[in-house]
Amino acid sequence: MIKFDHVAKRFGRLHVLHDVSIELPEGECIALIGHNGCGKTTLIKSLLGMVLPDAGQIMFQNQDVKQGFQYRQNIGYMPQIGHYPENMTIGQVMDMVKNLRNGQSKTDMELAEAYQLDKLKDKPMGTLSGGTTQKVSAALAFLFDPKVLILDEPTAGLDPLASEILKEKILKERSKGKLILITSHLLSELDDMVSRILFMKEGRIAFFLSVEELKAKAGENSISKCIIHYLKMGHE
Amino acid sequence: MIRITKYVLADILRNRILLAYCLLLSGFSWTALSLEDSTAKGVLTLVNLMLLMVPLMAVMFSTIYIYNSAEFIELLVSQPVERSQIWTALFLGLGSSQGMVFLVGMGLPLLVFVHESVSLMFLITGFLISWIFCAIGFLAAVYAKDKARGIGIAILAWLFFALLYDGLILFLLYQFSDYPIEKAMVGVVMLSPIDLARILLLLHLDVSALMGFTGAIFKSFFGTISGMVLSFAMLLVWLLVPFSLSLYKFKNKDL
Repeated sequence: MIKFDHVAKRFGRLHVLHDVSIELPEGECIALIGHNGCGKTTLIKSLLGMVLPDAGQIMFQNQDVKQGFQYRQNIGYMPQIGHYPENMTIGQVMDMVKNLRNGQSKTDMELAEAYQLDKLKDKPMGTLSGGTTQKVSAALAFLFDPKVLILDEPTAGLDPLASEILKEKILKERSKGKLILITSHLLSELDDMVSRILFMKEGRIAFFLSVEELKAKAGENSISKCIIHYLKMGHE
Repeated sequence: MIRITKYVLADILRNRILLAYCLLLSGFSWTALSLEDSTAKGVLTLVNLMLLMVPLMAVMFSTIYIYNSAEFIELLVSQPVERSQIWTALFLGLGSSQGMVFLVGMGLPLLVFVHESVSLMFLITGFLISWIFCAIGFLAAVYAKDKARGIGIAILAWLFFALLYDGLILFLLYQFSDYPIEKAMVGVVMLSPIDLARILLLLHLDVSALMGFTGAIFKSFFGTISGMVLSFAMLLVWLLVPFSLSLYKFKNKDL
């Protein structure tokens, strides 16, 4: 469904992505894991067209990402740190995004309702706490029932109850056969969610394995232990 | 794109600075026009004031606005919206708000006091200057990642066109006064939107008689229809080139 073909990107002297080639199939819940600064967010942002790769091609449903912008209708993106216009209220931001996508009438308000964003809708974004901003980001990502969900550190900053709600929502969407891409450092959370692990190291893809394969290979029985096993290997 | 422009405009028009700017412009205009005994002198005061204030406000406001809209831009870029639409919508919102404020602030008193062709000329050039310096602000903001640097570039651009370039022209005129450089001066003037606007306006006032031989050359060029058409075309170039450059840069920028 999504195909990266020899994608490379450097920021000045820093080589963030080296020749990344991978295909992400439909219906999987993929965890994107790696050290800080290994290029996870850059990979996601280049898929969204926010970062423009120096070389290579990214295909979304066989359509070059560079050639259009319509493909983004099929993506719900939850950024690591959501930046929103400070003087717009929650309600205005949600309305604006809905308005921009007016071709898509079907909206999924489940998360917005679960987080009771309705009660806060007149609050300016600038006055919100980090956690509430994350709730807005999450609600926006799921709002249009997209085929692909990209969640960059979704539970960071959310309180336990809110992150539980989000996890349940992710599982529900996964069961509908959506492609879900999650980056997270909270490995214990991933255990019951993900079906595949994409491990990145210094701008390269170290491996892309299903959970079963990974467990067999590392000889451990939980994802977090497997990952720690590989992270440590990287340090040696 | 129109949808985004509406959001941008709604946001800008809520800005109190813009209201203060509008009041300032109209305060100056009403006093200048009611204090001077002849309208020509009043308009001359307004010309000088406009050529100083309007570009400064347009370039500063647009540069700072772009930096402050970083979040807005980031939010839109991850949505199914084309980048060029976002940038153009921002430009339309800023340019039209600056232009409107100018028209309300200076245009209203002018239409009340002055009933000559010069007021129409004044309004058109001032409107264009607002847009041109918005475009220059956009260019500064898209090229400099750092806010302080971007604003610095914007101020320098204003300083150059509003003050330094004038000095440069005077210097050239004195240094080469023995040579027939009047025709070359027409070309030199075209390279600064503010000077171009100034000459277009001065030639419509009686004071152009004071400008001597150079004034006569200017009049023989800028006074004709084809000269005026060329001047306005040049002002449009000054609007479109900086904006297109900024648009190109924005489309190829990492956010």
